[in-house]
Amino acid sequence: MSSTIRYIDEFRRKGPARAMLRRIEDVAPRECVSIMEICGTHTHSISKYGIRGAVPTGIRLLSGPGCPVCVTAQADINRIVEFSRRNPSVVIATFGDMLRVPGTFSSLEKERAEGADIRVVYSPLDALEMARRDPAKEVVFYSVGFETTAPTVAATVIKARREGIRNFSVLSLHKLTPPAMKALLDSGDVNIDGFICPGHVTTVIGAGAYGFIAKDYGAPCVVAGFEPLDALYGLYMLLLQLRDGRAEIEIEYTRVVTWEGNKRAQEVMYEVFERADSRWRGLGEIACSGLRIRGEFSHFDAEKRFDMGYVDCDDDQAGCSCGEVIKGLVAPSECTLFATACTPETPMGPCMVSSEGTCAAYYRYERI
Amino acid sequence: MCLGVPGEVVEMDGDTVLVDVGGTRRRASLMLLDAEGVELTPGDYVIVHAGFAIQKVDEQAALETLRLMKDIS
Repeated sequence: MSSTIRYIDEFRRKGPARAMLRRIEDVAPRECVSIMEICGTHTHSISKYGIRGAVPTGIRLLSGPGCPVCVTAQADINRIVEFSRRNPSVVIATFGDMLRVPGTFSSLEKERAEGADIRVVYSPLDALEMARRDPAKEVVFYSVGFETTAPTVAATVIKARREGIRNFSVLSLHKLTPPAMKALLDSGDVNIDGFICPGHVTTVIGAGAYGFIAKDYGAPCVVAGFEPLDALYGLYMLLLQLRDGRAEIEIEYTRVVTWEGNKRAQEVMYEVFERADSRWRGLGEIACSGLRIRGEFSHFDAEKRFDMGYVDCDDDQAGCSCGEVIKGLVAPSECTLFATACTPETPMGPCMVSSEGTCAAYYRYERI
Repeated sequence: MCLGVPGEVVEMDGDTVLVDVGGTRRRASLMLLDAEGVELTPGDYVIVHAGFAIQKVDEQAALETLRLMKDIS
């Protein structure tokens, strides 16, 4: 039997959105509050549907470290660019957004124009298929993403091993969301009164993963979906908590998110990966905030298979504020390069490149 | 990249499923869904991310959310 709803239009209706904005005005606190979302899709949705400008002025909607391309450290961008230059016979497969991220001296896009074999894929399974079709070629999947993406890559590695495909490996730059939220709160750099938590990361890890944020930091969290009504209703739930002095974890996106998350996806992820320290643009090194490939799967670990090199460097190029934008400290429009030297056509930093980046969202939807 | 989208199940095919995402049909792996806990039939919706179905969408929960939204507006 076909479903009675399609999960898109029902959550984009204007009438209910207007009514929800009135309810938000009813419960908005008198003093200023800062609400942070930590998912590039929320960033995009809030910009696209004009939510930031529609809510009362006392509610500051900040974008945090929710774009996987943007939080990748510059040294990690540089080493894949360097690797592609030194190994033109190796296929580097990656998600499209990674191509145009400017490294210190070059980008994957520029190296591709110079002859490096760099291919864009929609799924890690596409990269595995390339390896299957051309056994003489080494295929390295250059892999970024949070807890939503990591299980898909882990499942691909398991499939590669099961099917005996040996010319496939992964450079894992995967990162975990809750440790970054903790690092941000611990830094004291930015005042955050509550979090809109990412819908699809939480589909995997479960809403219970944020318990420590409410308990230890007194900050309420609402896991919200990505359609405009979801974002507005999630914000309303968060404002109710602040009004009532509560700090709890609540789920708005109940059609997909549970307290425990997707156990199968978690098992697959931790069968292949283990937690490791990881460096984030803007946030620096965060303990146990990344995923590296376990020893049992070392044949599929590009860092074990190849000399990937690593040269430490500053994250931001001269004048670029991406590191501060990622922390919610600087709005894109406050960066001197924004929409002048830095545009989607001539990006100076990853936040302007990625479709999930805060600067790209502001440029596209919120430029005055 | 983290973009997950709802897709309607069109056809089951072993460990993959054919889904319709906004009029485009694509195949999604079922490796990340708990085979015993999740039963899928054509017409169901799943969240598709990077070639994998990562969760079945709960229709009753969606209707309940829409009801709650209506109640406050």
